[in-house]
Amino acid sequence: MPSSFVKILAFAGALGLAGLAGAPPAAAQDHKGEQLYPLFTYRTGPYAPSFIPFGAGNRDYLTYVNDVEGGVDGVKIFIQECETAYTIERGIECYERYKNGYDGALTAAIYPHSSGLDVALTDKARIDKVPIVSPGGGQNIATDGRIFPYQYPLMFDYWSEAQIVVDYIASKVGGYDKLKGVKIVTLYHDSGYGRDTIEPLGILSKKYGFEDIQIPVPHPGEQQQTQWQQIRRAQADWVFLRGWGVMTPVAIKTAARVGFPADHIIGDIWSGSEDDARPAGGAAKGYLAVSVFPPGTDYDILRTLKAKILDAGKSDLKDNTKFGTVYYNYGVIEAITFVEALHVGHRKFGNRPLAAEEGRWALENLDIDAKRIADLGAKGLISPLKTSPDNHKGETITAKVIQWDGAKWNTLTDWIKADTSLFADTIRAKAAAYAQEKGITPQTNTN
Amino acid sequence: MSFFLETLVSGLLAGTMYSLVAIGFVLIYKASGVFNFAQGSMLLFASLTFVTLVERNVPFWAALLATVLVMVAGAVLIERLVLRPLVDRDALTLFMATLGLSFVIEGLAQLLMGTDVHMLDLGIDDVPISIAGLSVSQFDIFAAGTALLLVIVLSIVFNKTRMGISLRAVADDTLAAQSIGIRLPAIWRIVWSVAGIVALVAGLVWGARQGVQYSLSLVTLKALPVLIIGGFSSITGAIVGGLLVGATESLADIYIGPLVQGSVSTWFAYILAVAFLLVRPAGLFGDRAIERV
Amino acid sequence: MPQPADALLDDRPLRRIASPRVLLILLVLVIAFGVVPAIGNDYWLSSIVIPTIVMGLAGIGLNLLMGYTGLVSLGSAAFMSIGAFATYNLLLRVPVLPLPLVLVLAGLISAVAGVLFGLPSLRIKGFYLAASTLGAQFFFEWLFTNYNWFSHESQSLTISAPRLEAFGHDLSSATGRYLLVAVSAAVLIALAFAIIRSRVGREWMAIRDMDTAAAVIGIHVAGRKLLSYGISSFFCGIAGALWAFGYLGTADAHAFNLDKSFQVLFIVLIGGSATIFGNFLGAAFIVLMPIALDRIALATDLSALTDQGALANIQHIIFGVIIIVLLIKEPDGLASLLRRLVPPGTNPRRAGG
Repeated sequence: MPSSFVKILAFAGALGLAGLAGAPPAAAQDHKGEQLYPLFTYRTGPYAPSFIPFGAGNRDYLTYVNDVEGGVDGVKIFIQECETAYTIERGIECYERYKNGYDGALTAAIYPHSSGLDVALTDKARIDKVPIVSPGGGQNIATDGRIFPYQYPLMFDYWSEAQIVVDYIASKVGGYDKLKGVKIVTLYHDSGYGRDTIEPLGILSKKYGFEDIQIPVPHPGEQQQTQWQQIRRAQADWVFLRGWGVMTPVAIKTAARVGFPADHIIGDIWSGSEDDARPAGGAAKGYLAVSVFPPGTDYDILRTLKAKILDAGKSDLKDNTKFGTVYYNYGVIEAITFVEALHVGHRKFGNRPLAAEEGRWALENLDIDAKRIADLGAKGLISPLKTSPDNHKGETITAKVIQWDGAKWNTLTDWIKADTSLFADTIRAKAAAYAQEKGITPQTNTN
Repeated sequence: MSFFLETLVSGLLAGTMYSLVAIGFVLIYKASGVFNFAQGSMLLFASLTFVTLVERNVPFWAALLATVLVMVAGAVLIERLVLRPLVDRDALTLFMATLGLSFVIEGLAQLLMGTDVHMLDLGIDDVPISIAGLSVSQFDIFAAGTALLLVIVLSIVFNKTRMGISLRAVADDTLAAQSIGIRLPAIWRIVWSVAGIVALVAGLVWGARQGVQYSLSLVTLKALPVLIIGGFSSITGAIVGGLLVGATESLADIYIGPLVQGSVSTWFAYILAVAFLLVRPAGLFGDRAIERV
Repeated sequence: MPQPADALLDDRPLRRIASPRVLLILLVLVIAFGVVPAIGNDYWLSSIVIPTIVMGLAGIGLNLLMGYTGLVSLGSAAFMSIGAFATYNLLLRVPVLPLPLVLVLAGLISAVAGVLFGLPSLRIKGFYLAASTLGAQFFFEWLFTNYNWFSHESQSLTISAPRLEAFGHDLSSATGRYLLVAVSAAVLIALAFAIIRSRVGREWMAIRDMDTAAAVIGIHVAGRKLLSYGISSFFCGIAGALWAFGYLGTADAHAFNLDKSFQVLFIVLIGGSATIFGNFLGAAFIVLMPIALDRIALATDLSALTDQGALANIQHIIFGVIIIVLLIKEPDGLASLLRRLVPPGTNPRRAGG
């Protein structure tokens, strides 16, 4: 057969690819003396619009640290991308590829950039002893570092978010005592992420007497007519919108269809980006959202990035209008947590690349206080973050409320602080139950 | 009662949005027997092309025309590079090829036009108006009107024009049609072009609702139960199936949803469709294409 | 669908050359259980070998249905998810059961669901049947999301194996998980061969080639079709359990979404219809190709030419193109290509039939 030679060539090529794919990582040592930052990406698929500005913020800050500051205390950061397409299976391949370092560079921590992947890596990371860091998107029960020594759900959790939303509504209706009889609908993405606020809102509703109505939207959420008809029929006063991806703009548009006012919808931190509000057009005007990653360019650090990275043509952004958007700033904030952890580690272990166990120590002893934030030029961009072996989330949980004016987000409030004591016992009990199910003995403080 | 009626009406109107997507499938299936999974990606590609042009300040009609040309060019390429080499292969292989095609189209769309979420404003506000005491979105009425118009235009094209008649000949009996000199590749190119244009229309209506973004390619999944009920090769079936699916799905979500503490809209239409086929294997518009055991 | 009626004929000479086949099987076993665990590092085992074997098993499941009986399913991942959730719940709620027995039970539970969702096949065919199997896909994804009883009231709706041990050995290390997967695969491959060589297998092929004729010669067509759905789902169910606990470590319903079903379908079409070993070639392709493309992009450092996002999309396009090219150039799948490359008689994969 005439074409069989071509076919043999093709097959040989495929086998060659297989060999390349299977080549054990870290064979060479070209990046010895550097700190690996495995950048888990999802540049394709339905969530790529969120990732692309995020990844750019992430990269740009690290490029700035490398090129302008000469590395973290002199240690260069070696960025290696790995495309997960926001799927868990490809994320696991990325984790396996980079968990022990790459090309001579050491791995101190892994940021999976996906709540689902964070959960999926829990057991593996405990066995491999690799810290998994998910600022804003981690598992709430993993706050307890004695049971989850390798999980770092830094900065924020959805239970505190629920509380901040209720606080904000209380301030709007004239105090907590006025919450009685107020109807608050939670419209949630029907997934583990979306269901996470059912329990805390139940607790809050008992405490304050508001009516708690939970309505799920199945993934991906491109049709929400019936959900919003239910909301209208229930004569809801407020909607707490816990969306992701396309669900958010559809919700805002459908709200307008049934005549529900946008300024009584409060979006989740993943429903509060430009790409969530803009596609909804005029319907989104007045729409509110909780924000841990405030948008805007009016911060010293962003001005520095603009001058040294964007204007120098080193930015990962293709579209410079994304500079200072919610997801770009989130990327910057996340990179700051990584770099600050390295600083902490360097003070204890010396100015050299940190291994995973040293990265863990650093993450457990993070202390980004008001003074440090001012030094970073990030005042107003991040709030103080202090972790401990018992508390892997950080002691202060805060968020701002932002509002869409039809073209951009404006910050409405200063940092609203969550009362972390309210749910602490429930979460501890959940963590303890998890430990029992898994047969984990809580670690004692070894510092 | 008025709540029930409102749910019903908005469900019916939502159903026409499903029909818009389903019609694209029907066209291709009718003429070439291909179950074209890439219809969703074509929808994404078309609407993304259009919105990108409009954002570059190309006038509305010029952008529309340019997008139509792009879709026609795409159809010619698909016929030449994918369909022709696969002619005479079994239906499943063709289906898998369209799956591969959807990877290519989605990749190209995002490569060429980026992954941004675009707003699309067709000038019709998605706000409720009151008709006979019922609150109905005027955008839904617009969408339903678009679907109706599309069906009328397609019916005229298929029944009155020479091309349409050759097309029906191919659908009825491929071999006989070829023997009287109808060229199959030409028919395929035309049909895929028309399906591309239908994808554009559906993409614009859906894109105006949810923003033009990757998730548009997922609306395919909403169209499949419509096809099972209405039949893969009947345009009327696509409309009636769409109405049926839209209405029952809305009612089920409102009245069955609370019983299971959730929304049933991801699967209800499919189970309904299967149950429907078990009772009536010939489908709603029992045509010969349904293979019976 | 390629209809290798010679699949039946292929078997005959192989029976006569049984002894080299036994040697080959022994060789494969030595490699699988001696060499691979000894030389494979964590990365190899965890991210390449294990997922390839598991997806290959799922491919066998679908191939038994599609390649041998001629029925279609677009819902393979649903039956994988049933296997995964059944395994989890059995391990959790009936702790006395040993893991191997749990896997078999999970396969059986999945088989029951398979028979149930196979019922439409008695009345409808072709794409109507294919599209209706999507009902299973969406229904089970919803079921395991909507009722968190299945995930033990887990906040994240995720399941993770409470314990992974068999005959007193802890299997949670990469090598342990590999052995679990490899042993299961060996048993299931043997079972698959036994089935396709049996009367049931021959009757399936008769139904596939022409069901009315099959009915005329006295084959109970309806029963055999349902059995085919059941056995197919049994394989998929076990593959799902292994995917969740042998590979991912944890899983939720969305780990078994429509994309996964399509992947299984790709495996069958790329590997070859009506083969057993071809499924592993297809699975290797599906698992390796994205990783290989990613690696090539890294190794050649194309980032100077274009940005990372474009690179990711180009990979996406190349993947689609390769699938189309394979479908055009290799109608009978990789298995038949291999068959042509290796002289007949010496190739164990001929046994794939």
